[in-house]
Parts: sequence; C-alpha cells; structure tokens
Amino acid sequence: MSTIFGIPPQALFGQLLLGLINGSFYALLSLGLAVIFGMLNVINFAHGALYMLGAFVAWLLLTTAGVGYWWALLLAPLVVGAFGVLLEKTLLSRLYKLDHLYGLLLTFGLALIVEGIFRHFYGVSGQPYPIPDLLRGGQNLGFMFLPNYRGWVVVASLVVCLATWYAIERTKLGAYLRAATENPVLVQAFGINVPLMITATYGFGVALAGLAGVLAAPIYQVSPLMGSNLIIVVFAVVVIGGMGSILGAVLTGYGLGLLEGLTKVFYPEASNIVVFVIMAVVLLIKPAGLFGRER
Amino acid sequence: MIARLLAGAALAALAVGSAQAQQGKISGDVVKIGVLNDRSGLYADLGGEGSAVAVRMAVEEVGGKILGKPIEVVSADHQNKPDIGSNLSREWIDRDGVDVIVDVPNSGVALAVQEVTREKKKIFLMQGPATSRLTGDACSPTGFHWAYDTRALAVGTGQAIVKEGGKSWFFLTADYAFGHQLETDTAAQVKKAGGTVVGAVRAPLNTADFSSFLLQAQSSGAQVIGLANAGGDTITSIKQASEFGLTQSGQQKLAGLLIFLSDVHALGLQVAQDLVLTTGFYWDMDDEKRAWSEKYKAKTGKMPTMVQAGSYSSVKHYLKAIEAAGTDDGPTVAAKMKEMPVNDMFAKNGKILPNGRMVHDMYLARVKKPSESKGPWDYYEIIRTIPGDEAFATLAESGCKLPG
Repeated sequence: MSTIFGIPPQALFGQLLLGLINGSFYALLSLGLAVIFGMLNVINFAHGALYMLGAFVAWLLLTTAGVGYWWALLLAPLVVGAFGVLLEKTLLSRLYKLDHLYGLLLTFGLALIVEGIFRHFYGVSGQPYPIPDLLRGGQNLGFMFLPNYRGWVVVASLVVCLATWYAIERTKLGAYLRAATENPVLVQAFGINVPLMITATYGFGVALAGLAGVLAAPIYQVSPLMGSNLIIVVFAVVVIGGMGSILGAVLTGYGLGLLEGLTKVFYPEASNIVVFVIMAVVLLIKPAGLFGRER
Repeated sequence: MIARLLAGAALAALAVGSAQAQQGKISGDVVKIGVLNDRSGLYADLGGEGSAVAVRMAVEEVGGKILGKPIEVVSADHQNKPDIGSNLSREWIDRDGVDVIVDVPNSGVALAVQEVTREKKKIFLMQGPATSRLTGDACSPTGFHWAYDTRALAVGTGQAIVKEGGKSWFFLTADYAFGHQLETDTAAQVKKAGGTVVGAVRAPLNTADFSSFLLQAQSSGAQVIGLANAGGDTITSIKQASEFGLTQSGQQKLAGLLIFLSDVHALGLQVAQDLVLTTGFYWDMDDEKRAWSEKYKAKTGKMPTMVQAGSYSSVKHYLKAIEAAGTDDGPTVAAKMKEMPVNDMFAKNGKILPNGRMVHDMYLARVKKPSESKGPWDYYEIIRTIPGDEAFATLAESGCKLPG
C-alpha cells in the first residue's frame, strides 16, 4: 500500500475528516466569542460554562420533560441565550466603561460558579445523552466509518457559521452593529437603541455556545467539565484568528481542528499542545492574529 | 568520678525510659488522617469525597477515638498534579501533624507522595493509584497498596480475553505513569497467554475526543483494543467506540482494563453492556458487603467503588494496628499492619507482603445487559474469582528492594 508521509492514505483522510468535525466545535464556539468581543469588548470567559449549560439543558429537557433532541436544538439555545441576557443586564452592563480585565474576571468567576453548581449536583463522570434515532448508524466511506451524527454536526456548524458571518458583514442590521462598536454615541444619535443591540448581541453569542453544547451532548458525556476542557483551546483559536474577527474565528477554528487531527497521526502525545505552539508562533509574527487588526 | 559515671548512667536510663514512654503515645495527642485525592477532575467520582466519607465511616466505627485520643479526618484536592500532591502532603505532615495519607489516585501523584511519606516515615494507604511500581521499584517500608494494581488488572482482564480468543491487541494508553504501566503489565500477560501486541497509541490525559485514536486502533486490525486509561477517559473512549461502530461489526472487541462502578453508572448499561473488567470489590457479592454499601449509599446516594470501599478497609486496619502497637509511630505501625491478617467486609484473609502489597482475591466481572439488571446499581455479574496469589506479584517478582 502506498503511503503519504509514512501514513496510509486511508488513515490520513480519516484523521482529516475527524479534524474537520472537531474544528466545527471550535469554529462555533470561537464565533460566539468573536461576536461578543467584537461588539461588547468583553472577553467572555463564561463561554465554556454556557456551552456546558446548553448540553445540560438538553439533557434535563430529555430526562425530566421527555423533550427530544430536535426540540432541544431550538429550546436549549433560547434558554441559554435568555440566561445570557439576564447576565448582561444585571452584571456585565455595569462594566463597559472599565478595563477589559474586569469583564474577564467577572465572566471567569461566573464560569467557576456555574461549573461548581453542576459539579456538586451531577458529579464529574457525566450523564449519557443518546444520539437521536434519525442520525444513528453511519456511512462507510471506504477510508473510514463516518457516524451520521458527526456528519450532521459538520453541516449544522457550517450553516450557522456562514449565516452569522452573512448577518454581520452583509446585512443592514449587521452594519448598524459594526457602526455601534466604532462610535456608539453617534449611532445612538441616529435613533438606534444601542444598549438593546448590545444585549441582543451578547444573548446571541451565548446562544451559539448553547447550540454547540446541544450538538456536543450526544458525542461527549454531558459533564460539568466539558466547558473548561474546551474553552482554553477555543481562546487560543480566537487569539490566533485575531480578537473580534468573525471570519478569522471561523477559518482558524476549522484549520486548527484539521491540524490537531494531523498531529494525532504523527505525534499523538503533542496533540493537546499543538494549538498553543501555533498560537505562540502566530503572535510572534503577527501580534494581532491572522485576521485581526491593531486597535 | 564514680559520681559522674552514676549520673551518666542515670541520665541514660532516663533517656531510654522517656523514649519508651514516647513510643506508647500518640504524636500530637491526635491521630490525623489526610484523604488526598482528585476532588474536582476526571477521577473525582471514583474516589473524591466518597473516599473521605468511607474513611469517616471507619473512624465512627471505632468511636472516633483510639488509645484514648481523638481521630481527625482532613481532605484536600491534588488536582492530578504531582507537585501539588507532594507539597500538600509535606505541609500536612510537617505543619498539621498528619499521621497517614489515604487514597491518592493518579499514579503520577502517588509516586510523588510515596517519596514524601518514605522520607517522613509516615504511613501511606493507597487506593486510587494503579501502577504496580508502588510496590515494585518505588516501594516504601511505610507504603501500602490496597485495592488493586496494574498487574492484577492485567492478569484478570488480559488473560481472560486472550483465553476467549482475543489474540492480537492494540493499546489505547493514557500518556502518563499509570497508563504506561498498565500497558506494560497487560502486554506481558497477553504474550504469556500466547497473544501478540500489534501496536499502541498514547493519548494525553483528559482527552475530550478519542475518535482519532480509535480510528488508529480500528485500522490496526487488532482483535482486541485494550483501553489502558481510567475514569473520564475510559467513559469517553467507550462511548465514542460505540459511536464509530468499532464493536458492532464484531471484528473488534473492547477491553476496558480499568473500569470502576462509577464509570459504568455514567455510561449506562446500554453502552457498557458485556464489557469484561477486573475489580477488587463489588457491593452486591455477600451480605456483609451489601450491608456496608447500603450504609455508604445512605450517606452519598451512590454505591461505593473499590477505591472507596478500600479506603474504609485500609483505615480500619491501620487503626487496629495502632491499637495493637500502642503507638502511631509510622514504622512501628507499618510492621504491625504487616503482621496482622486483613479481615473485614472488603477482604477475607488478606495478607500484606513486606513490600506493602495487600494480597486479596480479585474478581473478573461482566457488565450486565439492560434486560438482566434488576435495578439501580445492579451492574456486574461476577464470572470468576481470581485468587490473590495469582492476581498479585510475589515479593521476588515485584522488584522491590526493601530488606525482607
């Protein structure tokens, strides 16, 4: 059998596809982070906890109310988004005039509290969440067995990422948003309700995290730790892509997923640090990140 | 001159006398038990607060006092970091007068704590850590390895699966001390039973996504994929193996080399059914174990894992040894513990080797199908008892260099 860099092509393609799947999660989460940072200037450290919350809401809906996956896909992001709006209204909105650092510390503290509460009640081993019947089984692609559910995750995440990018970069509402981040006073003077837009933006970014949580629930255990396991990597993705750059977040998300997949083939021991090595290199060469601009 | 000699002799006698008096005492007038484990991470459910609860149950049973002095239990989180673990145990011993350290899952942390307790001559009762090195090249005169170890797991699960026809193996290994040792020990048993090892992949501790590694295992074509990991990592890898259809095709089989009751509970029987595993304890084996476990469940809401039940057993034995020795001096108690057989709800006629290995029967179990389970926590069918002498290494085999 012929090989590419000493690896059978089958294995290589398989790993690339898996990288794409992981990249979907990175992209979806870093997208929300980028939207929030771009519009609010808040480094949302609670993002991982809210992702976990999304998964738990889906699990609770299933086990207590019998609400299945497809409804959870809609309901859980709404619940998480509403929670986000509450956070923004009561806590975050008081910090906009202060340094970034305050927002970071507040959201980090919130993340610890939310995770602590869930850990207390549900332990760390996690709760099982079944794959929806419609997406059970998988396809034999020749080089690998692709579970239907993972295929669906890639498609869903691509659609959401594209739609969000389009809404912010190509629509009138998106233009208002971008203008509001540049000069909120002027935009307000045009009669646009800027505080409402900010609240809605945070709610939306957080709902994206909730959505990623629901998508993740059938793949991973629904565990209080799932957010903190992922959030550090996602932050690295956002930094590499350029803080606040939506396109950067999405492209870097997928790109790093692929790269991580490759590392797992060539040198598995390094697979959980490769992202940070790349971050260090990128920051040395382009301090604002690949797609970022100096502020 | 004679007066001086007499005075010297008297002083010497006094010194001997006071040393003896010292020996009959409890240091600091309290016996302090430190439960050190992972209380927030991927091993928190298999030990964690549950181990501290089990230890407190042992203390309550002796009335909270030993030789007229109170017993205190403290606990802390080592976060799976060897430096934090060894610093905590050093502080406990030097500053807080802790006499014994219990549990310490994560072989990496346990190896570090073993060094501290050896240096300080304090007792170390190990439940959570797995590596057989703790009673092998890293053995200590005051270290006791209680519930299980990598060799026992390898003998149980490894041999059983080779006998069933699983000849070729591929390992998915947690990339630290524990995983490496479990892989080494299991590979040795597999080869001894006539099987072969075709390869291995090392995954970082606490991996969220095992699919890449599982794919490599799949393409290796091995009949058996040995999971040399634990806790959250085992749960994730079993769940994802089922997702990728590794076992459904019937060509490959998963061997969970270390599976705790808490893992099966988290996975659910639908995913975990038919896994073969080796354990040192199962709550539903006899009346004594059931009675104790029900008491434990009333306090925690869960049935105990072998780590938690073992924590109870080892502390009980330790307290008995203090009673018998009349002191809590580390080396003296350690010698006493090795003299006395271990007989409680956890182990029948257990014995402790000079290297600190507590030898007791292990059990090969199969996870029940959902249809076979009669209720919550009814998870295992015991298929074989592995006699202690078969499960654990002898002193000579262990490689421990302690003077016998």
